[in-house]
Amino acid sequence: MILHELMDFEVLRVIWWLLLGVLLIGFALTDGFDLGVGALLPFVAKTDVERRVAINTVGPVWEGNQVWFILGGGAIFAAWPPLYAVSFSGFYLAMFLILAALILRPVGFKYRSKRESETWRSAWDWALFVGGFVPALIFGVAVGNVLQGVPFYLTEDMMPMYEGGLLGLLNPYALLAGLVSVAMLVMHGAAWLVLKTEGIVAHRARIFGTYAALATIALYALAGLWLAAGIDAYAFTGEVAPGGPSNPLLSEVEKGGSWMAAYGARPWIAIAPIMGIAGAALAFLAFRAGKEGWTMLASKMSITGIIASVGLTMFPFILPSSIEPNSSLTVWDSSSSHLTLFVMLVSAVIFVPIILAYTAWVYKVLWGKVTAEDVIDNSDSVY
Amino acid sequence: MELDVVELSRLQFAMTAMYHFLFVPLTLGLSVIVAIMETVYVMTNRPIWRQMTKFWATLFGINFVLGVATGITMEFQFGMNWSYYSHYVGDIFGAPLAIEGLMAFFLEATFVGLMFFGWDKMSKVSHAVVTWLVAIGSNFSALWILIANGWMQNPVGAEFNPVTMRMEMTSFFDVMFNHVAQAKFVHTVSAGYVTASMFVLGVSAWYMLKGRHTELARRSMAVAASFGLASALSVVVLGDESGYSATHSQQMKLAAIEGMWETEEAPAHFNLVGMPNMEERETKYAIKIPIAMGLIGTRSLTEEMPGINDLVIEAEGRIENGVIAYDALMDIRAAKGNATDEQIARFEEHGGDLGYAFLLKRYVEDPREATAEQIAMAAEDTIPGVPQLFWAFRIMVALGFAFIGVMVFFFIRANFYRMTFPRWSLWAAVIAIPTPWIAAEMGWFVAEFGRQPWTVDGVLPTALSVSNLSVAQVGLTLAGFVTFYSILFVIEMGLMIKYIRKGPFMDVAETDAWTQRHEDRLSGRTTTQPAE
Repeated sequence: MILHELMDFEVLRVIWWLLLGVLLIGFALTDGFDLGVGALLPFVAKTDVERRVAINTVGPVWEGNQVWFILGGGAIFAAWPPLYAVSFSGFYLAMFLILAALILRPVGFKYRSKRESETWRSAWDWALFVGGFVPALIFGVAVGNVLQGVPFYLTEDMMPMYEGGLLGLLNPYALLAGLVSVAMLVMHGAAWLVLKTEGIVAHRARIFGTYAALATIALYALAGLWLAAGIDAYAFTGEVAPGGPSNPLLSEVEKGGSWMAAYGARPWIAIAPIMGIAGAALAFLAFRAGKEGWTMLASKMSITGIIASVGLTMFPFILPSSIEPNSSLTVWDSSSSHLTLFVMLVSAVIFVPIILAYTAWVYKVLWGKVTAEDVIDNSDSVY
Repeated sequence: MELDVVELSRLQFAMTAMYHFLFVPLTLGLSVIVAIMETVYVMTNRPIWRQMTKFWATLFGINFVLGVATGITMEFQFGMNWSYYSHYVGDIFGAPLAIEGLMAFFLEATFVGLMFFGWDKMSKVSHAVVTWLVAIGSNFSALWILIANGWMQNPVGAEFNPVTMRMEMTSFFDVMFNHVAQAKFVHTVSAGYVTASMFVLGVSAWYMLKGRHTELARRSMAVAASFGLASALSVVVLGDESGYSATHSQQMKLAAIEGMWETEEAPAHFNLVGMPNMEERETKYAIKIPIAMGLIGTRSLTEEMPGINDLVIEAEGRIENGVIAYDALMDIRAAKGNATDEQIARFEEHGGDLGYAFLLKRYVEDPREATAEQIAMAAEDTIPGVPQLFWAFRIMVALGFAFIGVMVFFFIRANFYRMTFPRWSLWAAVIAIPTPWIAAEMGWFVAEFGRQPWTVDGVLPTALSVSNLSVAQVGLTLAGFVTFYSILFVIEMGLMIKYIRKGPFMDVAETDAWTQRHEDRLSGRTTTQPAE
């Protein structure tokens, strides 16, 4: 096959970097509200019927939403194998916790209402809370660590070696990033509940959402200031070939300077943090004003901006190494081969539009609020 | 026994994969059976078929969710426990996994919600289409995962790149149409169909023994027996195809399954049973069937099949060849992009056996310094556990043939004996429910254990594939999975049994009324018949 030569390796790498962002944002926008609803469940819904209403808002869609996450993992494996190898083995125990939470969550949705027992149901409610809160926190903590650089290096054989444990991940900046992630996903979950429920559940969700939107603004701004003032960036010191072979050890990287230099070099990227803050502010206003459609839209805008700002600030770095900066993974040296990126792009171009079309259709079929009557009348078929 | 990271990682992979595969075959088959039932409902408009659809779909859902949840573990585990593997072959292996997500997971996961929540929100036909899309999505995902696994068994369409120190794809077409993968795909989904058929058969038989829900049970048995018969035949035929594929791509696995130590004159005999002994290198007390192995393996009477001992000698040669390749690789790496043509040519000539040099890493840091004795030991390592493979394979095959027998019996009773079944056969069907799972797990054991000592056959040894983790870390997650998975298993079985005991509970009044009318009509006809 020589068809792939038609597209530059460099261009393919940038496209796959963008697609990585699209997948992460897609995950946060869809599965994000499931996580938020899980984290809010014990607080916005008190009685069994209220909880079932909340759970049934995500009941029909969580499985599809979760695929964004599974596909994200698969796409990292396929398009950025070194990133997959380093991050999954490096963040070992954190990954295990995410896994446990993500297994608990689907099982909780599906099994919770299959028995009448009160202890059974309340145990699953807490499982759903853990399954929402823990991944939301850990994803943010991971991003906080990536921004600071992660203690790993690659041997000459390209074996990833990681020199840090679970506790090393829990440094103050990473925890702040974790809180940003929790706040924005709780805001998103609240926006979803306001859109899909009515009465007391919607009312409580509105209150939590209002605070979550404010917290998102404050925490995100704080994380940004801290990043500007107290965290070293990474930069190439020599020549880099954007179309060169995928071996991070071939280029030289130095730690120092500020990530904010990116905003000097590419001022247009400021649009991402602006979207992050403006979106949350709009969400705050819309929560207050009771404009449910707008809340969801504003929340989506905020999450998109926040996630995009991390990627755009770090470009071309993906996973810097704090102990041997030369091992840092970047867009130019840690992708799959030219052919694999091309094959993957072709399949994405074919399938992503189809996926978006049927997902939209499913959401359309399921349009409308979930009420207590629905849940009680259809006890046999809903959660 | 002292367990190191390699063995703990293997144990964890084996445990989580086999656990995952408790749910997968039922998902594969039951999704299709439910879709067939719903299609009958759409065509006949009889409420009993809708009730059947909803009932089996409930059991499908309880099972499906654990299949999905434990599948995430599988995807994560490559990066977590097998990071050198992920780096080394991710360029090829990652693609089918990602395409699986794009093409299959999204389809099944997006529509499965609608399948349960959408009964009142769309037309009958649309809902049946949704159910079929779930079934198609599940089956597509098996296709891509087996393309990935097939590549581990028969790594085609890729070559080693000395600059990036990994395997890179040279032809996606070869990876996708790998003959090993294609045979495995049909074999595996058919096994799933058999599993689901036996499950439906067994549960229905139990209802008939209890005299409950007999209308639903009889019809379900008819569907399961027909679908199961076709599938059971397909499993055996495609299993044979897999064996034939292995003749050329995985000779060692085939020789080990057969307990064939010496190369025999063609056509080789088949050891029906026997006691393979690893130390003495012979299969004792063997009952032999002449010619059979030659026919299965080569489909000819003249082609020779190599025995284990000759394959070890061959491996020794490939290890020596691999050491030359390793030496050339080190030269290329030291030259930092200025390698001479001679160095590159030397690597290209011997590079195909580079993986064999890595087998030495167990004994010596630098394969170039290996002694003749170490090379002999590494060659010895290419023999997988023969007795385990020998027996696992025979259990699987015996069960496979038994399934054909069971399905033929129930198919005949369902079609030619007015759906009457003797009580002993109903009990047998209930007791037989777990057997397809045993066969499926044995099949995977043969496929994966038989590939040892490799993760990717001839390319990357298992011992080299792991992550740089401590025994404590892997031990901790292993303990975590064992505990967590055991609890989930108890919960799942509890729910499954609860819902089977409960029986069909949706649309009961409507279905009962229809059944009553139907029976009145039938009895009316029988009473009026003599008068005609």
